[in-house]
Amino acid sequence: MSAPTEAAPAAAPRTAAPVPQAPRRRRRISPTGAAATVSAVVLALLWLLPLVWAVLTSLKPEAETTAVPIRWLPVEPTVEAYRLVIARGDIQQWLVNSTVISVLVTALTLVMCAMAAYAFSRTSFRGRNALLLLFIAGIMVPPQVLIVPLFDQMRLLGMVDTYWGVALPQVVAPVMIFILKRFFDAIPRDYLEAAHLDGAGHLRVLTSVVLPMSGPILAAVGIFTFVQAWNNFLWPFVATTDPALMTVPVGLGTVQGAYGIQYAQQMAAAVLGAAPLIAVFMVFQRQIVRGVTDAGLK
Amino acid sequence: MTAPPTAGRASRSDTGGTSATGSEPRRARRADLAGPALVLPFALLFVLFLLWPLAAGLWTSFTDRSLVGTAPSFVGLDNWAEMAADPMVWRSLWTTLLFTLLTTPPLVAVALLMAVLTQRAVRVGWFLRFSFFSPFLLPVAVVSLIWVWIYQPGFGMLNGALTGLGLPEVNWLGDEGTVLLSIAITTVWWTVGFNYLLYLAALQGIPSQVYEAASLDGAGAWQRFRRITLPLLNRTTAIVVLLQMVASLKLFDQAYLMTNGSGGPDYAARPIIGYIFDSGFTNLRIGYSSAISYLFFAVIIAVSALQFWLFTRKENTA
Repeated sequence: MSAPTEAAPAAAPRTAAPVPQAPRRRRRISPTGAAATVSAVVLALLWLLPLVWAVLTSLKPEAETTAVPIRWLPVEPTVEAYRLVIARGDIQQWLVNSTVISVLVTALTLVMCAMAAYAFSRTSFRGRNALLLLFIAGIMVPPQVLIVPLFDQMRLLGMVDTYWGVALPQVVAPVMIFILKRFFDAIPRDYLEAAHLDGAGHLRVLTSVVLPMSGPILAAVGIFTFVQAWNNFLWPFVATTDPALMTVPVGLGTVQGAYGIQYAQQMAAAVLGAAPLIAVFMVFQRQIVRGVTDAGLK
Repeated sequence: MTAPPTAGRASRSDTGGTSATGSEPRRARRADLAGPALVLPFALLFVLFLLWPLAAGLWTSFTDRSLVGTAPSFVGLDNWAEMAADPMVWRSLWTTLLFTLLTTPPLVAVALLMAVLTQRAVRVGWFLRFSFFSPFLLPVAVVSLIWVWIYQPGFGMLNGALTGLGLPEVNWLGDEGTVLLSIAITTVWWTVGFNYLLYLAALQGIPSQVYEAASLDGAGAWQRFRRITLPLLNRTTAIVVLLQMVASLKLFDQAYLMTNGSGGPDYAARPIIGYIFDSGFTNLRIGYSSAISYLFFAVIIAVSALQFWLFTRKENTA
């Protein structure tokens, strides 16, 4: 549904008023449009500079990285740094861990928050509003406040250094319930009434009527949750001590020292750690942009 | 099956549907069970991983509990009194506030600039969105690795550029006076993309006829920006500023990683969460650490309450 709605405003004037369109279009592009384009591209290149510098460093032999004065391009480009980092094997393990944990967090968030959102939106039970208020209040609790007692509790539950221990606390994001609830609220009642008259229970209505109609918002919540889980640092950092269970941010953060002053290797590891989400972004830019704005603006 | 999603989105302002079922007596009892059953899984996690640690933290703040063994004993308000008199608490809280003051204005202004330029630019939209937003997708450890390398004295990119221009080197992360500023610069680069997307979405919501009418009346580009764009973005700006303040107040990850967990020279870059972390996990004093956590919580609540008030007001007027 994204493509047609976005194309509509751009295409409409072109077909509606073809004759006066031509001169106005040309005037709009030339002065401010061109200036904006040039300054935007300059700013964009500046913004990419740190990433370019990291990639260029990763392609240098170690001896070249510390040359003074600095040299931008590698004289003898090499992938030796990547070979060494991959040979260590850590980063592959962290990528696997990050994937497992982020998928776990995203799947659980979607299932549990969709169920709760449906219950708040379409069922009535005693204490519903009080519970809703409690969850609203929960949004205001910053996860950082809970870190110390949560770690204490995880030791009690024996969940330190487990995937579940890292993942479960991240599922408690009540704000996602409200994003979904608002969308469910807006679904015309007729659709659900019809299903209920056909004898469908609430679970049936949720899975076969509400969820199929909620693709875009589920994608938005899912994408936002996944990116947050993938990049979360503090809790996974506290909850894991075993390097074999670390996520990418924690692993790269704690073994910074292990690469020592091998800057090419440090940057190779950084590039490998950054690559998955950047690659996903290049393919799904439109969906991710929408997901972040939808979930971000609530 | 294909059309409905549009209906859901289009009628966002429609407030109906909150009290949906229960009108039919036959289904009333089943609905009574279905609602709680559907909420139960999330509610369990909410209790287990939010309410419990929240309550435990408050209780712990009245004890001398340590991370290593030994039964804790109740010490009343000792931790709270110690906190009030501990200069490091106030120093780290100040560091957090200073960081918030340093980062919020550029993170809002630069995001707006980027969004306006993207909106105006021709044919490079994909490239601009990629450049401005992709740093936001980097894990904090990657950001820290890259920027510690950029700030590197001697052969880092930034000092290399400075000496190339004939300027003196700056010991970015090694100097008490610049370490927090350096972390702020990194943070602006890293996270501006999020605010940028929020502004971009808001700009796309402004109908182009408004601008065309203004152009016909002879308004220049700057006037159109000042008299049309900025006022129409007021609400978005309010949201962005508040979200950004709360985000900046939660500074920890990049400050910890870019100073190797040391807090920087003379703790000049240790935020309040850094002090919570050090008290709990380095000094092993969970009781004291919990008390500071609650102080931080109070600060966040004050800002969040403001934010929540704004959101609910928006919903009521919509």
